[in-house]
Amino acid sequence: MAYSEKVLEHYENPRNVGTMDKDDNHVGTGMVGAPACGDVMKLQIKVNDDGVIEDAKFKTYGCGSAIASSSLLTEWVKGKTLEEAGQIKNTEIAEELALPPVKIHCSVLAEDAIKAAIDDYQTKKK
Amino acid sequence: MKLPIYLDYSATTPIDPRVAEKMIQCMTPDGNFGNPASRSHAFGWHAEEAVEEARKNVAALVNCDPREIVWTSGATESDNLAIKGAAQFYQKKGKHIITCKTEHKAVLDTCRQLERDGFEVTYLAPETNGLIDLKKLEAAIRDDTILISIMHVNNEIGVIQDIEAIGEMTRPRKIIFHVDAAQSAGKVAIDLQKAKVDLMSFSAHKIYGPKGMGALFVRRKPRIRLEAQMHGGGHERGMRSGTLATHQIVGMGEAFRIAKEEMATENERFRALRDRLLNGFKDMEEVYINGDMEHRITGNLNISFNYVEGESLLMALKDLAISSGSACTSASLEPSYVLRALGRDDELAHSSLRFTIGRFTTEEEIDYTIEQVRKNVDKLRELSPLWDMYKDGIDLKSIQWAAH
Ligand SMILES: Cc1ncc(COP(=O)(O)O)c(C=O)c1O
Repeated sequence: MAYSEKVLEHYENPRNVGTMDKDDNHVGTGMVGAPACGDVMKLQIKVNDDGVIEDAKFKTYGCGSAIASSSLLTEWVKGKTLEEAGQIKNTEIAEELALPPVKIHCSVLAEDAIKAAIDDYQTKKK
Repeated sequence: MKLPIYLDYSATTPIDPRVAEKMIQCMTPDGNFGNPASRSHAFGWHAEEAVEEARKNVAALVNCDPREIVWTSGATESDNLAIKGAAQFYQKKGKHIITCKTEHKAVLDTCRQLERDGFEVTYLAPETNGLIDLKKLEAAIRDDTILISIMHVNNEIGVIQDIEAIGEMTRPRKIIFHVDAAQSAGKVAIDLQKAKVDLMSFSAHKIYGPKGMGALFVRRKPRIRLEAQMHGGGHERGMRSGTLATHQIVGMGEAFRIAKEEMATENERFRALRDRLLNGFKDMEEVYINGDMEHRITGNLNISFNYVEGESLLMALKDLAISSGSACTSASLEPSYVLRALGRDDELAHSSLRFTIGRFTTEEEIDYTIEQVRKNVDKLRELSPLWDMYKDGIDLKSIQWAAH
């Protein structure tokens, strides 16, 4: 399969790879997907007291498109409020990376990951 | 060393230059271009001679009578002709067929079609090493079983089934035994005087012959009958009509002749290269070999690097032409059905790579391959949340994953 240049670029130079302390109250963690399906995304966000995402990190097990989708997502959410980040749509990710139809599920997973991370953060705050 | 490195010899092989040379002699106006069926002139006679010479060479590799070889367009057609042809001809005796879950699609999909036509098919599950338990095969046989189709060597994991033992089971019961030998001819010794196989499929392009060329062995004693699938001029004793493709046939014949001569020395060389490759991964953590290592062709290594997804690894290994059992390489989301049939966890199936070594593989290429694989598996594990969890001692099975 031929990959788009943007997918290749993110795959070769993934942004914001890493792990944050999941027990930190400012950190929200989302882990979505399943090993049996061939992709698992872990996305972590660090949120300041104004509700703005200061930092984001990811680790992904999956194909190149899944890695690229999560890498792109970490770039996009940084500096956004939780509300703004929660509105990111998978179609925007798919469009930006020029994902072919068989890879759309990678962008869906990325959208699920940010939603899960926001949920985790908000549950902790309560 | 030329990049990319080709390590996908089970998918196909290049034509051996000696074979290409022979093929070219059968095409142009001053070559041997005649129709082998033309009886009225020398062009036809010469073409027929070349075809019969090739038939002898194919027969010689597997020790059968040349009159038992029927030319086809490849192993796919041979499998179709054998299975549909025998099922249709013998259906008055019964309508039950036995095959295995790890067969090539050319066998599985043909059986599916026969199911739609009212036949009943048992798909045996192999053991975890990919081999069939003969007792389970025997237990699956019924009074109305007319055909058993079991491949000799598996295309993904390279394991070799005991076709001689199966033949001892089928012959006294008068069950027809078909073997797909696309991946074994020229790699494993085949003796059709000994093995009680009734039908055997061959392909030319897996052993340095041309694509679009194959053959079916149809036993004469005891005589096996087939319903033709291709009707027309009555070529190949009515079993497969169509003008014989002299250059293709000559190519297959030459490829089989060379295979007979060089198989033993090649196998030793492949084994050394394969063991070198395997040794290069020996000290890595969480590496699993798929399929039995003992009953296996020398040129195949199918291996899973746990916690790394196969397609992303292939993407990193862009200087290597290899294949993966991961779903992502195909349009479906299911990983390799062969690895799943072995009972491998889906994640291990997703993490598998198949290396197949062949005639033009060098030691230098193997060393480069080892270096590239190690480097990139390490890199992708650094990126893998599953690897972190494994390192933290978390059992992945204890987690509730949301399947998607
Ligand atoms: C085991 C097996 N059977 C059948 C085939 C099909 O052969 P062909 O490409 O000659 O139709 C292949 C090759 O893909 C194979 O590996």
